[in-house]
Amino acid sequence: MADASLGLWTVPLAVFGGAIRVSTPFLFVSLGECITERSGRINLGLEGTLVMGAMSAYGISYLSGSPWLGVLAAGITGALFGALHAGICSLPRVNDIAVGIALMLLGTGLAFFLGKPLIEPTAARLPAIDFGWWSDVPQLRAALRINVLFLIGVAIAPLLYWAFKATRWGLLIRTAGESADAARAMGHSVLLIRLRATMVGGFLAGIGGSFLSLFYPGSWNEGLSSGQGITAVALVIFARWDPMLCLWASLAFGGAAALGPALQSVGITSGYHLFNAAPYILTLAIMIITCSPKRTLTGAPAELSITR
Amino acid sequence: MDFGRISRRHLLQGSAALAVGSTLGVRGAAAAETTVGFIYVGSRDDYGYNQAHAQGAAALKKLPGIKVVEEEKVPETDAVEKTIESMINLDGATLLFPTSFGYYNPHVVKMAGKFPKMHFEHCGGLWTDKDPKNAGSYFGYIDEAQYISGIVAGYSTKSGKLGFVAAKPIPQVLRNINAFTLGARLANPKATTQVIFTGDWSMPVKEAEATNSLIDQGVDVLTCHVDGPKTMVENAARRGAMVCGYHVNQSPLAPKAYLTGAEWNWEALYPKFVKMITAGEAIPNFYRGGLKEEIVKVSPYGEMVSAEARKHADDVKAKFMSGEFAIFKGPLVDNKGKTVIAGGTDRGQQDPELEKMDYLVDGVIGATA
Repeated sequence: MADASLGLWTVPLAVFGGAIRVSTPFLFVSLGECITERSGRINLGLEGTLVMGAMSAYGISYLSGSPWLGVLAAGITGALFGALHAGICSLPRVNDIAVGIALMLLGTGLAFFLGKPLIEPTAARLPAIDFGWWSDVPQLRAALRINVLFLIGVAIAPLLYWAFKATRWGLLIRTAGESADAARAMGHSVLLIRLRATMVGGFLAGIGGSFLSLFYPGSWNEGLSSGQGITAVALVIFARWDPMLCLWASLAFGGAAALGPALQSVGITSGYHLFNAAPYILTLAIMIITCSPKRTLTGAPAELSITR
Repeated sequence: MDFGRISRRHLLQGSAALAVGSTLGVRGAAAAETTVGFIYVGSRDDYGYNQAHAQGAAALKKLPGIKVVEEEKVPETDAVEKTIESMINLDGATLLFPTSFGYYNPHVVKMAGKFPKMHFEHCGGLWTDKDPKNAGSYFGYIDEAQYISGIVAGYSTKSGKLGFVAAKPIPQVLRNINAFTLGARLANPKATTQVIFTGDWSMPVKEAEATNSLIDQGVDVLTCHVDGPKTMVENAARRGAMVCGYHVNQSPLAPKAYLTGAEWNWEALYPKFVKMITAGEAIPNFYRGGLKEEIVKVSPYGEMVSAEARKHADDVKAKFMSGEFAIFKGPLVDNKGKTVIAGGTDRGQQDPELEKMDYLVDGVIGATA
């Protein structure tokens, strides 16, 4: 490790590595939220689901010694939170955004409460696959130590894209999101479709949380998420409800998060607060450039409470 | 929860007024035991700042006649006043340790005025002679322990590049970075410390990214000044780098990578305080010290620390223990080439000039703004 210093090359490398390391929770939460929102409902509670997922994954991995069991537990916890959100929203005249905020607070609060004894112990972590075996550059090898969850996330994105386009299930979710009346006329229960969509969304968000606590940064503590769940929900709008765009947007956010520390490490030290804010500036800029007062956002499901 | 506490308190005050006799009876029975209250800003098993204080509290629990009450995650707002009131009124605490820096002004000052018979010992070194006499603020010169860590790091690095993951460029943090670097340069005059500021006290993802970026730059020994060093220690060890800890001993997290570390020694100080109070002595309102006063300590050396490094570090430690050693002495040049301490001037640990530190010494790569 002592020999090679890549100088300025570490910045693009760190952004590349960061895109892989940091993006996974964004990816899972945004894909999950994409499914939920396509069915016509917004679940803002995914921040809480993410934190609950991180906590339960860490706890189960610690108690059972199997990180994969932890991932499963995180997914199940997430699905239960999704079911809770969908259940409450099934009642007449309930606002899904308000319920989402309530569940966000419940999720984080409950996770902090239950996670108290888990801060100190060290749980079994998820393994990484070494894709950099061909390289002699240690920095590149480190960047290419990739977790399976990231690969699963990357595989889910095109799968989801295809499913929305070409499968019966995808069509049903989209119908519920575009016109609840049409779905009802076809003889389907809109509430049931949305319940399932929200549960699947919660399942994915919970798995995103397990990545935080079991892989990177790789331990449970209360500052773990620092708003990544809510950023990912916003990312779905940013990505125009398109799973493939969710993938690219997640990678961009991951890379942007690595930019601040990477620039400081090569000696560019002025304005690091500004570089740390890079992901948010990016979001604002794109939102401003693409918004229009004359039409709703392209790709927005018509039944969403923010567009209706 | 806060409302619950208020009503419980008022209820107790109300019932106390109704049944003075019985309440006095309870108080009388409890008088043989001193209750000490500890208030933490975060979780007390964070492998960091709060755990260091909780270890001090645990040391008190072992003393006879001492009962310890604790509350975690109390924000630096009015909430701490409510916690203090309920610890005094409900638990009968007579000595309180509000351990977070931001508790002091105005909250601890206000409560000390309201409860003149109680002792308040705040961590941060903020007491001034305008403040109530029953309040005190202690602090430790942990830069002495960082200096020792630096020496060990200087011997252990192969690349000559050290890394420092820091939260914010405030004087206490800069002092630690500078002391660490000066120590390292004692061992290896060519060593440099690359510093990365994450912007806040607890940012796990940023801390992990900073750790990875530093290691990508060729850094092979890292330390930090953030609230919970766990993220840095674990991620650095995973990448095969060595670490120096901070706040408490993190060697259980990375036994093979842990060289040494700068730790608080509250488990030595707090029993001392309690003994002073029971003996009727006054604790100085402005209590501070370093290795010699047993307020800070150095973690036991890891097995990969060379004999040479151990000897040099132990020699310097002995000088600190005799109280004759100054870390910051002139001529000292900052990393922009400006002389910050003129030749011939020694700034000893108690020098107030050091508490205004706004520079990084020569050898540190980074900037304060």
